[in-house]
Amino acid sequence: MAALLFAIGLAGALTRRNAILVLIGIELMLNAANLNLIAFWRYSPHPELLTGMMFAVFSIAVAAAEAAVGLGLVIQLHRHAHTTDVDQMNRMKG
Amino acid sequence: MSVVFYLLAGVTVLGGLTAVLLKNTVHCALALTVAFAGLALLFLELDAQFAGFAQILVYIGAVAILVVFAILLTRGSETPKDGVFSRTWMAGLVVAAAVFAGLGWAVIQSAQFLPHETGAPPVVTVEQIGNALMGRYVLPLEIVALLLTAALVGAVIVAMHEKGDIK
Amino acid sequence: MVTMLDQIFVLLKHWLVSFLPLELQTPVSVLISVVAIIGTFPALFALTTVLERKGLGRIQNRIGPNRTGPFGILQPIADGIKSLTKEDIVPLSADAVVHFMAPLVLVVAVFMGFAVLPMGRNMELVDMDAGLLFFFAIGASTELSVFMAGWSSRNKYSLLGAMRAVAQMISYEVPLLMSSVAVVMITGSLSLVKIVAAQNQYTWGLPHWYIFTPWGCAGFVMFAVAATAETNRSPFDLPEGESELVAGYFTEYSGFKFALFFLGEYLGMFSISGLGATLFLGGWSAPLQALQFVPSWIWFFSKVMLSIVVLIWIRGTLPRLRQDQLMNFAWKFVLPMTLLNLVDVGLWRFLGEGWIRWVVCSVLMLGAYVLMARAGMRQEHFGPRRYRYADS
Repeated sequence: MAALLFAIGLAGALTRRNAILVLIGIELMLNAANLNLIAFWRYSPHPELLTGMMFAVFSIAVAAAEAAVGLGLVIQLHRHAHTTDVDQMNRMKG
Repeated sequence: MSVVFYLLAGVTVLGGLTAVLLKNTVHCALALTVAFAGLALLFLELDAQFAGFAQILVYIGAVAILVVFAILLTRGSETPKDGVFSRTWMAGLVVAAAVFAGLGWAVIQSAQFLPHETGAPPVVTVEQIGNALMGRYVLPLEIVALLLTAALVGAVIVAMHEKGDIK
Repeated sequence: MVTMLDQIFVLLKHWLVSFLPLELQTPVSVLISVVAIIGTFPALFALTTVLERKGLGRIQNRIGPNRTGPFGILQPIADGIKSLTKEDIVPLSADAVVHFMAPLVLVVAVFMGFAVLPMGRNMELVDMDAGLLFFFAIGASTELSVFMAGWSSRNKYSLLGAMRAVAQMISYEVPLLMSSVAVVMITGSLSLVKIVAAQNQYTWGLPHWYIFTPWGCAGFVMFAVAATAETNRSPFDLPEGESELVAGYFTEYSGFKFALFFLGEYLGMFSISGLGATLFLGGWSAPLQALQFVPSWIWFFSKVMLSIVVLIWIRGTLPRLRQDQLMNFAWKFVLPMTLLNLVDVGLWRFLGEGWIRWVVCSVLMLGAYVLMARAGMRQEHFGPRRYRYADS
């Protein structure tokens, strides 16, 4: 199920125009990976080591930080190009 | 695999699908919130209480609001002129299907390596998590703290008005 | 006899449940507790609306409602009938689904917060190990419903009110969390039941409530400030200010949905007061050792009602803060004070028992408060106003 969610997120990230929807897809992918971590931790032979849960909690924190920076970038990009369409951002210069 | 799992899984996948397929961006963000909530409940069902509550607190309470604010600030709620899917959507779908196939194959292959007797669900108290954070995982904790600080400062600087930009 | 009165609700529930077969007993017992909560708190809400209107009236030198029944007691019934029979107007260009879901999400989230509050000895709905974390997670979800309400109305004023409200709620969430972390540090557990049990001890007849310690007192003040800001109450009620933005983010709501928002806001007040009472005022424990014969749930509810009365009092007394003053206050004053409070708690723990820790900790908090207040006051310079417009 985590694989399905990951694929949906990837499809979303690759096919939508709006930059924010790309970020939404990325968040979905991160969440799917978290789910995988927790599920495999729960059924693992050594659940008392808390490895999976710790990894997932750190992943949540990192994802939040990355969402913040990413959205800041999108906002700045919008100020520069006056659009959030990723198809129209096809040059590196100015 | 119980009824609860299927229900929650259905809700989450539905949320995810609507999040990437809808036309209205704000609706997508709200569907994303539903997906987050479904995931948090799945975490709780898997006896990962702390992760579930942390997911609600961080993702629904902060990331969803961030996404919504960004949509509002960049006027994404107006319908775009050229349609919502990018020109290269076919390639994107093909890549996603390939990744799904690969991941699904990997998961199914690894299912045979699971121990057949799943022991009693681990009762994870917050005290254990605290001990683990301060003991075994103290280095990742400090690094994540540093990372969060850097991300905070970076996000503020990236999104700040440049000098002379104010008309 | 005393313990029976104390545990009367628990005993009642067990007696009711004992009629059922064994498999059904746990779900039905939970159901009974849920129904009790859903019944009690809206009744308290009805009482509070009258209390507030009469209280505000008296503070503002007028009598509050006095036509419906003696002292206006039946006013909530009149209000309820009015809300339920008003026409439900939904603006044509509003986003119907989101417009409908917003009050529901708010009320559901707020009711879930009541699940972890211990309302008496053995009287909490769920004894979760991370109860406090659950409460704050649920509190974070209420902001989303505020935004949904504001955006779906397609009204510039609602949107503006919603943005202000969300910004305010996020800003004050951090001091709220940090001032509770101080309590958690001393108790060593996130479970609200254990926090109350730790405060239920008595020395020389006086209880060990956390408000009676220097860091607890400072923490309680900061918690109270953050709580009033979280629930959008005066003096932080710019988003819903009646003279500012019509009604802010719920401008376009009428009839029953407005009543639901109102209910959600007041229930949020109750649950945050309940949390404050649990964390700092000792939950269901009695103020003096001699008074322990009074049932524990009476103490809890009287503490909650006392907090509500203080909130109403503050609303009638203090002027409203402007949005940027409010945010300044949060980030530049309250947050550093909460961090200092954490240091204070650490010092308290490590200085051992005795009178010296009282002196050291009190001096630290008071000194910091005075210094920061002076520094804050000195930066008020009045010059020509600089305007910053939104760009692009």
